[in-house]
Amino acid sequence: MLKDIQSLKDKGDYSSISNLIPYTRVIGLQCAVEDGAMVTRLRHQDSNIGNYQMAVLHGGTVAALLEHAAIFQLLFELDIKAIPRIINISVDYLRPCRAMDTQASAVLVKQGQRIANVRVQAWQSDPAKPVATAHAHFLLS
Amino acid sequence: MPETADLKQLADMFSQIPHCREMGIEITALATGRTSMRLDYHERLAGNPETGVVHGGVISTLLDTVAGLTAMSAVSPTTPVATLDLRIDYLKPARPGDAIFADADCFRLSSSVAFVRATAHHGDNTDPIAHCIATFMLNAAGFTSAGQGTS
Repeated sequence: MLKDIQSLKDKGDYSSISNLIPYTRVIGLQCAVEDGAMVTRLRHQDSNIGNYQMAVLHGGTVAALLEHAAIFQLLFELDIKAIPRIINISVDYLRPCRAMDTQASAVLVKQGQRIANVRVQAWQSDPAKPVATAHAHFLLS
Repeated sequence: MPETADLKQLADMFSQIPHCREMGIEITALATGRTSMRLDYHERLAGNPETGVVHGGVISTLLDTVAGLTAMSAVSPTTPVATLDLRIDYLKPARPGDAIFADADCFRLSSSVAFVRATAHHGDNTDPIAHCIATFMLNAAGFTSAGQGTS
């Protein structure tokens, strides 16, 4: 697996690294490098609905998107071979996440010796109107 | 004393949530302001294919679910509930193969906000996998146990 990640990283194939993770298929998470930046998407599927009265996504799937986007930003930006381990995440839900694709991008705020601090934002139709934001810490080694 | 939730109605509503069905999340105990749930392990939930440890999103989903239902159990059936924020500390990796349990309690209810804490564990809640604090907005757009949500 570490060998797989390294060889896929060398090829810039982050999509295939993401697809190695079984849970990504359950909720429809996809990662790709677009215009030099890592983009993570949560593809809409009806099984991700949490509030069927309003047809909005389950907050847990949005938290999963934010966490996945943070992990892939770290894999993309840093010279690491293993999937970083999450220490904690704080998610703010800003707007209802409608039954449609959701996109997230992350920023590495600080990289320490062992810890990384990451901020993440998720949006749907308008990047200026985020549906959720998060900050998280990861263990790098 | 505010009107409290109809727990049977709340459990019926829960059983219809598409993503909870997809994940196999079950209620094991439901009382006013206090809820417990269970999620069985499955390989498809792995976040690390090498170790089989579940993705953090699985824990987030279980904790958001148990905390949200706990907030709803503490208010009237017609009060809409929406998640404001969710903070999770991942205390140690979940054990691959083992069911994950979660317990939540609403420790403060104001007129507009419900404050809930929750833990995820493998059967002993004094030895948690994850700890969570969540706050829920009441009476805004949100989910109700009595049927139609408001937006």
